[in-house]
Amino acid sequence: MKNYFKILTNGLLKENPLLVLSIGLCSSLAVTTNMFSGLGMGLAMTFVLFMSELIISIFRKHIPDAIRLPVFIIIIAAFTTIVQLLLNAYLPALSDSLGVFLPLIVVNCIIMGRVEAFASKNNPLAAGLDAIGMGLGYTWVLVTISFFRELLGTGTIFGNTVFDKSYAIGFFSDSPGGFFVFGLLIALSLGIQKLAGNGKSK
Amino acid sequence: MSELLKIFIKAVLVDNVILVQYLALCPFMGMTSSTEKSFGMGIATSFVIVLATMVTYPIYHFILVPCKLEFLQTLIFILVIASLVQLVEFYLKKSAPALYSSMGVFLALITTNCAVLAVTFKCIANNFNYIQSIVYALGASGGFLLSMVIMSGVRERMRSSDVPAFLKGKAILFITASLLSLSFMGFKGLIK
Repeated sequence: MKNYFKILTNGLLKENPLLVLSIGLCSSLAVTTNMFSGLGMGLAMTFVLFMSELIISIFRKHIPDAIRLPVFIIIIAAFTTIVQLLLNAYLPALSDSLGVFLPLIVVNCIIMGRVEAFASKNNPLAAGLDAIGMGLGYTWVLVTISFFRELLGTGTIFGNTVFDKSYAIGFFSDSPGGFFVFGLLIALSLGIQKLAGNGKSK
Repeated sequence: MSELLKIFIKAVLVDNVILVQYLALCPFMGMTSSTEKSFGMGIATSFVIVLATMVTYPIYHFILVPCKLEFLQTLIFILVIASLVQLVEFYLKKSAPALYSSMGVFLALITTNCAVLAVTFKCIANNFNYIQSIVYALGASGGFLLSMVIMSGVRERMRSSDVPAFLKGKAILFITASLLSLSFMGFKGLIK
């Protein structure tokens, strides 16, 4: 039981896909100019990751080793298409703001990485928990980045005005701001881990 | 002609794949530790981007559209790109072993490079014709190569510089990318 709990929480901090492993970066910087699309992207990605890990874990003993990568890609692409069609139908605003990055979930390294490293070797329960942990780890980082970028770049949070737009720093909404905020976030998370490590050794 | 030149310049500088559009950040962060490596990766990826665009464009317009299967775009394109990369790999292995040994390691990674898939999508989304698509693909891959080489040059210089302790490691790479991206924003007014 404890083991399963560990799998679930692994992705949140210790092996956070974005902050620690630095994979799946592209979408995380591109869609975080506002919190709405940051959160939407995080959840869409979590859904695809969860379904793909579950399906692949169930069929892991039946997929021949030599062609496993193409099989994985087809399964991931199928779920990406499902998400794409669903968002198009029910949340067209979100699907517009995510743009080309919605279909690009299929080449998100996090999914391929987790499927290959985890789901193809573990039972469906563990794979599902791993997907939820990794997905939420991805989502919270996205929401954090987009919080700062939206607040500083446009002066709003979830579209609600916090301060006047004329005080906003446009730099944060543009491409350089994304790199900048993410760089500081990595420095912060490394710093916290270092502090926590020092505390333990004492 | 000037139309094509505009598409090209726009793809290289104004809409730079990596620094402005945030595509292909994985190789940008992982493969730029030396100029040689980043150049190899850049050339290999450029080759695949152009090839993928040349192949996916007719597939979309002559197979998917007449059959009303546009919603399968993602699935078909990624399959086409994956098998294309595999074919290129086989071909190089047999006919140009020297090139293969310098490019081969990168090729397998290119399948999951988002720049390839994104360029093919954008050619469709922008309603380019065939020539325009190829020019756009050439421009995008030129921009990719350019920013890879710039980044690796900066990183080689950075080894001898004094980085603040809290930014050591990955964080400084993103700050560097941010500054590079800032300088690329200067091209924004270039094309209306």
